[in-house]
Amino acid sequence: MLNFSKINVLIIYLIFLFIAFFSILNFQTENDQFIKKKINLGLDLQGGSYLLLEINSDSLVKEKIQSKVIPIKKLLKDNEINYKNFKINEKILSLSIDDIEKFDLLFNARKDNIVNPYIDNYRSYELEYKKTDDNQIEIFISKFGLLTINNSALKQSIEIVRRRIDDVGTKEPTILQRGEKRILVELPGLKDPERIKTLLGKTAQLNFRLVSDNNEFGTDELVSENGENLRVSKRIIMSGENLIDAQPSIQNQNNEPTVSFTLDRLGAQKFGRATTDHVGKRLAIVLDGEIVSAPNINEPITSGNGMISGNFSFQEATDLALLLRSGALPTPLIVVEERTVGPDLGEDSIKSGIISLLVGFILVILFMLYKYKVFGLIANTALIANLLMLIGVLTILEATLTLPGIAGIILTVGMAVDANVLIFERIREELKTEKSIIHAFDSGYSRAKITVLDANITTLIAAIILFAFGSGPVKGFAITLGIGIITTLFTAYFLARHLTSLIVLNTKNKEIKI
Amino acid sequence: MTNYNFSSKFKYANIFSASLFFISIILIAFKGLNYGIDFKGGTLIELRSSNIEASSIRDVLRNMDLGDVNVKKFGKEGDFLIKVEQQGDNNKLIPEIKKNLSNNLNSEVNFRRVENVGPKVSAELLQSGIIAISLSLAAMLFYIWVRFEWQFSIGSIVAIFHDVIITLGIFSLLSLEINLSIIAAVLTIVGYSMNDTVVIYDRIRENLGKFHKLHITDIANLSINETLARTIITSVTTLLALFSIFILGGEILRGFSFAMILGVLIGTYSSIFVASPILKFFKVSYKTIEKEEERIVP
Repeated sequence: MLNFSKINVLIIYLIFLFIAFFSILNFQTENDQFIKKKINLGLDLQGGSYLLLEINSDSLVKEKIQSKVIPIKKLLKDNEINYKNFKINEKILSLSIDDIEKFDLLFNARKDNIVNPYIDNYRSYELEYKKTDDNQIEIFISKFGLLTINNSALKQSIEIVRRRIDDVGTKEPTILQRGEKRILVELPGLKDPERIKTLLGKTAQLNFRLVSDNNEFGTDELVSENGENLRVSKRIIMSGENLIDAQPSIQNQNNEPTVSFTLDRLGAQKFGRATTDHVGKRLAIVLDGEIVSAPNINEPITSGNGMISGNFSFQEATDLALLLRSGALPTPLIVVEERTVGPDLGEDSIKSGIISLLVGFILVILFMLYKYKVFGLIANTALIANLLMLIGVLTILEATLTLPGIAGIILTVGMAVDANVLIFERIREELKTEKSIIHAFDSGYSRAKITVLDANITTLIAAIILFAFGSGPVKGFAITLGIGIITTLFTAYFLARHLTSLIVLNTKNKEIKI
Repeated sequence: MTNYNFSSKFKYANIFSASLFFISIILIAFKGLNYGIDFKGGTLIELRSSNIEASSIRDVLRNMDLGDVNVKKFGKEGDFLIKVEQQGDNNKLIPEIKKNLSNNLNSEVNFRRVENVGPKVSAELLQSGIIAISLSLAAMLFYIWVRFEWQFSIGSIVAIFHDVIITLGIFSLLSLEINLSIIAAVLTIVGYSMNDTVVIYDRIRENLGKFHKLHITDIANLSINETLARTIITSVTTLLALFSIFILGGEILRGFSFAMILGVLIGTYSSIFVASPILKFFKVSYKTIEKEEERIVP
């Protein structure tokens, strides 16, 4: 075990130097980067927000079911199936029909099925039905139909979320899909997470509706921005989809912040017609079911440009413009998990993390020197090499370092010496029975090998499982712990062994104390 | 090499371990674990301010009618940790608390950390934590089963259970918070305790092959003594590192490092006093490993 061929030695040190080199890259300044690789700091160290958002597709499911009412009735009528007791109950349609077998054939037709389309991806139909009684059936959205709804809503939401966040201008946001209903948003270095949360919490569905008592389309009773109760027609003249642009602006007359908007061609037409027909009436601008303002229509607006005023502060006007520009979310988003760390706490964490790392490191080094003298020096050299390699690997992987991650490094420092301790203790034992010192070292290394492997693999297993199941900062701990084990094995079995062999082979068979 | 007579203490150690184990189970079952917001849901706010008292924060929050509110000092003077039980709409809760505090305390309030975990997510986190720990136990069991004989496998698993349960028992006794980082600590304890046990087992197996005439108790005693220096040195270096985190690593890592310190102490004890005596219980002898070897190498 103590004989190294020249080529082996070369390879060992080349690997070490190559990996250790990367650890230096972290000290480069921003502008002068030789190789663009660096350990990323986790949100808990640099400050920032982690948000987990969930879509609530209930309203979409209800809409979908609602939209099926007419096609289903038509299908039944066209095929002369008698039905009665047709009821909509939130997400379920219930009815009783006389010929279920015929209905089944039509309902589950593979081709040209408008009522219940077949989704090729999932090999399943959009709708499903079940018999609740002899002639009674319930129709509802199938599992895969639901998945399709969620999926498209999620894709759309991610797009809108991205637009809104980009518009605010945070640096390097991460926006990812998580599962079938969630969006993960990471915003490093964010100063005001509440603003983003408010922006993401609004669906921003904008409608222009007339204030009227006319019951033709039904009315909603809404409260205006001034606290008046207004009856607003359910008929939507125009919605936010027709908006091309929206910008905050200051109205010159009274310095009031407003939002000016530009409509597309279709929107301009609709808006023009409505304002022409209803001069003198009031137009309610409704955002997410609340009236922003309800001005009088003084004259027809046909240019496709308009303005919304509503007692805004400039910030509110800016945010409203941003929301209108980015478009409406298909469903409301709920924050189901939030973790925000302020930048000053992040700095404190880095400081205390590094101090405890240094102190732990120095304590371990002193202890090893005291315990093993010259060989302690070898173990310590291996330990420093280990730390450099660990940081090097983290840099190569551009891993994210978190506060628990730093704890993982410190723990690695504490546990890394174990491999050398196992070996040195074994050699001590071998020295008692073995006359040749070289032989004692040799068999010490080879006998301890299995134990060292066994002992480290168990910790590695724990680290891998933690990596698979852990979230956020804890994952950072698993990464450093896991990589630390591998670099530990390398440094103990190659670097330290080579250094030991240099000492042992050079002193020949003179007394060696370990 | 040391020559302590560990095996003579096995009996007392076993009674000691068994009682600690059962007390811990009773504590966990009846007193319960103090789950943090990661697993219970709710809101956590770490704030920094000057010239305010925990009681005045408590008064302000009590007036907001937030349900169960917990305010305590956190590390330095002027730092507080607030925990609020889960409330309906968390999108508005945090700014509201901030507004109320700044208005009523006449002092600049800096929210250094805000964590909010909804009920659904906390349930999922708890579930994945439990799965992670169970899976790691299973993986260890499998590894030892492949590497050693089944008697060793059971011995090491009993030792790990012993360590995990007693660590959690102490957490229950002291009402310390169980959060995601404690799960990480428990998993690391599992790895560490296993590591310690494996080193002694490796030696026991080697000695079983060497000394056919010795009884397992003596073999265990010999092996523990032979590896004792290593066991102690590694525990010391690991504890040096852990105490450094515990004292200097800041409040956030305190619970984690405390759990780890407990785990290392208990894990070191258990590999000597729990894992080794179990082999005697299974009447392990040189024949156990010989049979195994015949099976592997025909």
